[in-house]
Amino acid sequence: MSIEIKNLCHYYGKGSTFEKKALDEINLTIEKGDFVGLIGHTGSGKSTLVQHLNALIKPQSGNIIIDGEDINADKSRLKAIRTKVGLVFQYPEHQLFDMTVYKDVAFGPKNAGLSEEEVDERVKTSLEMVGIAPELHQKSPFELSGGQKRRVAIAGVLAMRPEILVLDEPAAGLDPRGRDEILGQVKLMHEKLGITVILVSHSMEDIARLVNRILVINGGKIALTGTPAEIFSKFDELEAIGLSSTQTAYIMRDLQAKGFNLPNNIFTVDEAVATILEVYLHE
Amino acid sequence: MLKVTIGQYYPADSFIHRLDARMKLLCTMIFVVVIFFIGNFLGYALAALYLVVVIRVSKVPPKFLLRGLRAILFIIVFTAVLNVFFTPGETLVFELGFVRVTQEGLLAAGRMGLRLVMLIIGSSILTLTTTPIQLTDAIESALKPFKKIGVPAHEIAMMMTIALRFIPTLIEEMDKIMKAQMARGADFDTGGIVKKARSLVPLLVPLFISAFRRAEELALAMESRCYRGDVGRTRMKQMKMALRDLGALISLAVFTGGLFILNHIANIHGIW
Ligand SMILES: Nc1ncnc2c1ncn2[C@@H]1O[C@H](COP(=O)(O)OP(=O)(O)OP(=O)(O)O)[C@@H](O)[C@H]1O
Ligand SMILES: [Mg+2]
Repeated sequence: MSIEIKNLCHYYGKGSTFEKKALDEINLTIEKGDFVGLIGHTGSGKSTLVQHLNALIKPQSGNIIIDGEDINADKSRLKAIRTKVGLVFQYPEHQLFDMTVYKDVAFGPKNAGLSEEEVDERVKTSLEMVGIAPELHQKSPFELSGGQKRRVAIAGVLAMRPEILVLDEPAAGLDPRGRDEILGQVKLMHEKLGITVILVSHSMEDIARLVNRILVINGGKIALTGTPAEIFSKFDELEAIGLSSTQTAYIMRDLQAKGFNLPNNIFTVDEAVATILEVYLHE
Repeated sequence: MLKVTIGQYYPADSFIHRLDARMKLLCTMIFVVVIFFIGNFLGYALAALYLVVVIRVSKVPPKFLLRGLRAILFIIVFTAVLNVFFTPGETLVFELGFVRVTQEGLLAAGRMGLRLVMLIIGSSILTLTTTPIQLTDAIESALKPFKKIGVPAHEIAMMMTIALRFIPTLIEEMDKIMKAQMARGADFDTGGIVKKARSLVPLLVPLFISAFRRAEELALAMESRCYRGDVGRTRMKQMKMALRDLGALISLAVFTGGLFILNHIANIHGIW
C-alpha cells in the first residue's frame, strides 16, 4: 500500500484577503509498511497535509494516489477510502459524543455497515489495545479523565481497522506513562499487523525511537526526507527551521567534542546508554 | 469549508477606516433614513454618486460589497415584485389575467429596489471598514443615553463582542468535529430528513460541550482579571473624535442638503 502525493498545493481562504498558502508543491511517496514521522514547527502545514490523506480536504491542485487509486477521483469510493486510511486528529477527545464509551467506539464500525458481532469484537479489541479496562465500557465518555478520553477516541479510529494509520500528535498533553503506552501500542500494531503508520509529533525523542523514515516540512514545503540517522545528524539544517535534533544527539556530540571515542549515529536514550556502557565497561 | 461573511472586516488604511466608529455609525444611520425620503430618480443618482465616492475613498474592492448584496438578492427581488403588483395605479402598462402592471407599480418597485440596495451597501461599508470590536464600542456609546431607563448598554455590547469573537471559533470547531466524524465514516449529506437529523447528533453534542467549556473558561478568565461589569471601567483604546470626523459629517450634510434641493426641484417639475 503505497501513498503517492504529487504537486499538492493548498491555500486557506483562497481568494479572500486572508489567503494563506498552507501547502506548496508537495511531492512524496510513502511505501507500504513504513513507519513515517512527520515533523515541522507550529503552522508548517502538518495537519493540513495529513487531512488530505483521507480526502477530508480535497486537493486544490495536485493528486493523492493510494494503492494506484486517485482518492478524489470517485466520490462513491470516499467511505472505502476513509476506512482504509484511519486519521486520529489532534485532540481527538473533542469528537466524543455518545452515551457510553462502548457506543462511541462502535460509531465507526457501524457506519462501515458491519454485523453486530463484528462490531462488538472490534470495539472490545480496540479498547483493549489502548488500555481501557472493560469496567469503563458502559461509562459516559465525559466522565473519564483527559488521557482516558484520548484513548477512547483513538480506539474509535482503530476500530475501523485502517490499513494506513495517521496520528496527528496523539501524545500531546499526556503524562509520560500515557504517552509511552499509546505510542507503544502504535508500534506494536505496526509490527504485528504490518500497517503503514504516519506519526505527526513535536517530540524528536519519540520520532527517533519509533519511525524508520522522517519527513520534515517547513512553510508548507518538504524540507528534508531521510532515515532518522540521516535527519537527526543535520543539526544546523533542523535548527534553521525552528526544530532540533534529539537531546541525546546533542549530548553525544558534546561528548565527542570533549574527546570521548563514541560512534556518530546514536539518537535515542536507550541506544546511548547501551553504547556508552559497551564502549567503557569493556575497556 | 464554511465561509463567514457576518460582519466581515476588510483591513485597509483609508480615510473611512480611520474615522471614529461612533461617527461612522451615526452617519450610516442618517444615510439610511435619508435614503427613505428620496422620492425621485434624480435623488437616487445623487445618492449613488455619493456612495461611489465613499467606496473609492474607503479602498474596499467593490466585489466585497457586491458579495454582501448577492446574499440578499432574493429579498430585494421579492420586495420589488410585491411592489409591482400591489401598488394601486392608473397608467396601465400591461395586463395578463388578474395581473395588472401599472406605471406607478413599476416606479414604486424601482424605488424600493434601489433603496434596499443602497441600504445594504451603506451598512456594508460600515461593517467592512470597522472592526467588530470598534463597532460594539460604538453601539455601547450609542446606547448610553438609554441607560437611565434601564437598558444595560455595557452588557449588551459585551455580549455582542463575545458573540462576534466566538462565531469564527465555533465555525472552526464545527469544521474540525465534522471532519473527525467523517473520518469515522459519518455521512452528513445523504438520506432522508430523519436520517439527516440523526446524523447531526455526533456533530452537535461535541459542539455544545465545547461551547459550554469555552464559555466557562472565558468567564473564569474574565473574573480572574477582575472583570466586574461596567462600573468604573476604563478603556485601553479611547475613542476620540478628530477633525476628519467633522469632515465626514459635513460631507453627509452637504449630500443631504443637495438631496432636499433636488427633491424640491423634482416636485415642482413633476420629475419621477
Ligand atoms: N482553518 C484554517 N483557516 C485558515 N488558515 C488555517 C486553517 N488551518 C490552518 N491554517 C493555517 O495554515 C497553516 C498550516 O496549518 P496546520 O494546522 O497545517 O499546521 P501544523 O503544522 O499542523 O501546526 P501545529 O504544529 O501547530 O499543529 C498555518 O499557518 C495556519 O495558520
Ligand atoms: Mg497541527
